[in-house]
Amino acid sequence: MVSIDDFGTFETAWCPGCGNHSILKALKNALVKLKLKPHESIFVSGIGQAAKAPHYFKTNLFNGLHGRALPAATGIKLANPRATVIVQSGDGCTYGEGGNHFLAAIRRNINLTLLVHDNQIYALTKGQAGPTTSQGHKTKAQPKGNPSENFNPVAVAVAMQANFVSRGFAGMMDQLSDLIVQAVQHPGFSLVDILQPCVTFNKINTFSWYKERCYELKDHDPDNWLKAMELSREWEEKIPLGVIFKGNKPSFEEKLPHPTGKPLYYNKPSKEKIQKVVNSYA
Amino acid sequence: MRNELNILIGGEAGQGLVTVGELLSRALIRAGYFVHVTQNYMSRIRGGHNTFAIRAGVNKIFGPVRGIDLLMALNEETAELHSEELNDDGLILMDKDIEGHAGLILVVPFEDLAGDPLFENVVGLGVLSALTGLDQSKPQGCIETIFSKKKKELVEKNLKVLKAAYAWAEEKKIDEYQLVKSRKKPGLMLTGNDGVSLGAMAAGVGFCSFYPMTPSTGISMNLQAQAEEMGIVVEQAEDEIAAVNMALGASYAGARSMTATSGGGFALMGEGVSLAGMTETPIVIVVGQRPGPATGLPTRTEQADINLVLYAGHGEFPRAIFAPADPEQCFFLTHKAFNLAEKSQGPVFILTDQYLADSYRTSSSPDLSVVSHKMVRPGDSWDNPDEYERYAITDDGCSPRLVPTLGPYLVVVDSDEHTPDGHITEDFNVRREMTDKRLRKEKVLKEEIVKPGYFGADKPETLLVCWGSTLGPVLEAADALDSEKTSVLHFSQIWPLNKDHFVNYFSAPRRVVFVESNSSGQFMALIKKEIQLDGAEAILRYDGLPMDAEYILNKLD
Repeated sequence: MVSIDDFGTFETAWCPGCGNHSILKALKNALVKLKLKPHESIFVSGIGQAAKAPHYFKTNLFNGLHGRALPAATGIKLANPRATVIVQSGDGCTYGEGGNHFLAAIRRNINLTLLVHDNQIYALTKGQAGPTTSQGHKTKAQPKGNPSENFNPVAVAVAMQANFVSRGFAGMMDQLSDLIVQAVQHPGFSLVDILQPCVTFNKINTFSWYKERCYELKDHDPDNWLKAMELSREWEEKIPLGVIFKGNKPSFEEKLPHPTGKPLYYNKPSKEKIQKVVNSYA
Repeated sequence: MRNELNILIGGEAGQGLVTVGELLSRALIRAGYFVHVTQNYMSRIRGGHNTFAIRAGVNKIFGPVRGIDLLMALNEETAELHSEELNDDGLILMDKDIEGHAGLILVVPFEDLAGDPLFENVVGLGVLSALTGLDQSKPQGCIETIFSKKKKELVEKNLKVLKAAYAWAEEKKIDEYQLVKSRKKPGLMLTGNDGVSLGAMAAGVGFCSFYPMTPSTGISMNLQAQAEEMGIVVEQAEDEIAAVNMALGASYAGARSMTATSGGGFALMGEGVSLAGMTETPIVIVVGQRPGPATGLPTRTEQADINLVLYAGHGEFPRAIFAPADPEQCFFLTHKAFNLAEKSQGPVFILTDQYLADSYRTSSSPDLSVVSHKMVRPGDSWDNPDEYERYAITDDGCSPRLVPTLGPYLVVVDSDEHTPDGHITEDFNVRREMTDKRLRKEKVLKEEIVKPGYFGADKPETLLVCWGSTLGPVLEAADALDSEKTSVLHFSQIWPLNKDHFVNYFSAPRRVVFVESNSSGQFMALIKKEIQLDGAEAILRYDGLPMDAEYILNKLD
């Protein structure tokens, strides 16, 4: 049995009222539902307030560089195909600094889960526009309003037919927890983009801003790619939450079976095999 | 009959000159000769001007030489560009005569002998093999080995053309380019990249990520070719930043991990190097140098990235840098690098260059007894009653390393400053303690330093100092001088340094000359930080071509 107490409680560096608190709770609930003991999964994070999340519950953790959580997670999963590997970071880290890795991870389709705390702002550096910040959003760094269009991670992931594309909201913990469970269980690459109000640096996309727009998807068939494309573009008026798209492309592991099927830790060099290679140079 | 022969095959990319060169080199090696190949190619797949130079002989060969005995010109441009390098009795082989050429030309009817343009390079192989006095069975055996995986029909066609080329060449009765028969046992035909990949396999490499970049791509290709057999995961990353971070992830998860790149790609890896230092994650990084800055001369050679590799990554953390001289050292030092990376829990570098990475040499068989040596490895169990801490403070700075998910302990690593249990902290005392702990590992590296090699008499008048791939040419230059008066000091590890290992060598000689393939004498500057060194000179080469003995001797006056 796994209980929520197994994951412990820690003091956090987050502001009171930050959406991160409820995302953390939803995540712990999901791990309990998944019956994953703390030592059985590996969390990989980057840099930013969201990337600190795995410090606040008991787990294995590789807290790497800004933007580079996905490549590190890819290496971990390839080195240990049996491990449950979950990447957790913010929108700036994942879609900005690490944008190329986001695209590559979808294409590679390794069995990983990506949780993105998407607060539409750079919070740790005190409120500059991030990749998902709305066009026109005024900040100290963009005093005339953000001139760039916001990146739509869900639409990009659906367009690329990622294996599992979903959106959650920090304000709807039960649904979020359920989405995380589904994402981990789905083979291949899974995305949960999580809308997270930043109470300190984003005065536009507030809790009530999201609350007014977010609605839970009912009767949507996530196998319907065209419909998923359409839903992924909904934003200004209303924002759909739930599983937007489920792909059925073979995962990386299916396309390219792991050479040992075991953690590479158990590899031992074989003198006979190397001798054979050496002989081929004669 | 000759003791030594220098053969240059030149032509456009795509004319198959590398195939001819590789087959001929292999045939010569199988006949017991020492071979040293220098490949010179332009950054393009078709056209341009490329050369494949084979220096072969009955005695050990240390480097390239300029004077050409046999010049196989697959196009006219080759003949024009290289006719000045021909020795007095040097012979040009090409498909037609050159008007007004004063030297010797042997017109080879490539087209007629081949029958099909596809086999013209086999004509080249046959004629060159016959002229050097190789028994036909040697190139024949090489064709069979290399094409064995292709259609039997193709092998037969190749052999038929080879036979015709031999018959044609033998009829010419030219015997002055024949090599004296070798009595030596044949060696292996290895490049520096081959040495590195074999060393990695011997060390039990489990994971290699890479982004293709000349001249290091061959290492990952070699590992990929053995991936299934050896259980290695080789992953082509989306960029070098991903490559280094993947390798670090894999290493954290327990695989012996590496990545291979060149200067430009390595520049992108800088932050990853720093991450290896902070998270104390073992990683082996191969940097095959080529001339910069930026894209520079992408397919040529240089030794100008000492400073890049030595100082890459922000912050302070220990590292080790090996600089092998030849494929044998590539093997030995790469194997050592994996153990050292694990022992010191951090980055260890192999610094090669295009010249070493690409050049085939007759090499002795690597010492595979290292495979049975005890491997330094992380653990997968924790019996201690105290909770496991990834960064426990220890005397030598090395904390017990465990592999995550294999046991009921938690492995937390962090690029932020961290407490012993791996969690983020901003405590100033912890910061100081952790910095000290990381830097204490320098001592672990220093205990394992590979001492510089010294060649020659004890109290020479002149000391030639070199590092990495320039050893061969420097030895050959020293050999051409009065051996009682000239000695050579070669560093195959360039960081960390222990001055006790070399300071005495510098006291006797009247003249100290550093020989390096860069424009500023980067290694000389590094040594000068360690010891007082007045009046040292430097012979520097930075035209993109490998160092050779003649260049050194000319500069040495």
